[in-house]
Amino acid sequence: MIASVAVPTTTWYLVLAAVLFGVGTVGVLVRRNPLIMLMCVELMLNAVNLTFVALAKKLGDDIGGQTTVFFVLVVAAAEVVVGLGIIVAIIRRKPNATADDLAELKG
Amino acid sequence: MQLFVFICAALMILTGAVGVIVRSHPVHAALSLILTLFGVAVMYVAQEAQFLAAVQVIVYAGAIVVLFLFVIMLLGVDKAEDLRVEPFKLQRKFAMLVGGGVIGLVTVAAISSRDNLALVKPLPSDAVGAVEIASHDGNIRRLARDLFSDHVLAFELTSVLLVIAVVGTVLLARRAPKSPPEPTS
Repeated sequence: MIASVAVPTTTWYLVLAAVLFGVGTVGVLVRRNPLIMLMCVELMLNAVNLTFVALAKKLGDDIGGQTTVFFVLVVAAAEVVVGLGIIVAIIRRKPNATADDLAELKG
Repeated sequence: MQLFVFICAALMILTGAVGVIVRSHPVHAALSLILTLFGVAVMYVAQEAQFLAAVQVIVYAGAIVVLFLFVIMLLGVDKAEDLRVEPFKLQRKFAMLVGGGVIGLVTVAAISSRDNLALVKPLPSDAVGAVEIASHDGNIRRLARDLFSDHVLAFELTSVLLVIAVVGTVLLARRAPKSPPEPTS
């Protein structure tokens, strides 16, 4: 018989989002493939969205957090589209370019 | 039950996130990203954000990851990267330090504000009948009411943003014409 099972509170969601954000940060800093770096930015955006939704639930009838997540989704989609366009243009010029190879502006 | 859902979704999210940063093959990383995005969608449903969960699956898992896979396949960059070489000395240690610092600081902040969060009351509503409406309406109706009343200008501006993004991407990714056509004279 299950007496009292712990119910996940808002803090659990916040901690999970913090871990997800940290993993995304490590990915952006470590990986050299620009595609994977974009994916890690997506991870960080999702972590922030998770906090927004958790706090919107916590604040009861306030739907503003979910509205913000909606706008973040739109901007993330636009960001990915432009980022992938830039990556396509770069890789056309230099096949197999990593983030370290883009040093034309270096003095 | 809620605990079970939370643990399963958290495992999906963290497995996928670690998969994105440790898999050397870009296609595997994209598939791990799908796992994370589905886990986040499950979390949205658990937090009563059903519309956002649907949008998360359609836009992220449906459109964005497919776009990633398209670019990977189209450009032929689907070669595994050798992750054992470390081009810059101390880079990984420094990255681990930064990532661990971020996780640690935010976790400490979230846990230490736990008592304050427990005291939070739902925000008072300005309209008299709003609480009644909000508690009876579904998630989509509430979201639509907020989006098309308070944030309608921002909503319209997102369409401008999307058009600009599409036009910019077409310009960026278009192959420049080899040489201007000779005038026939």
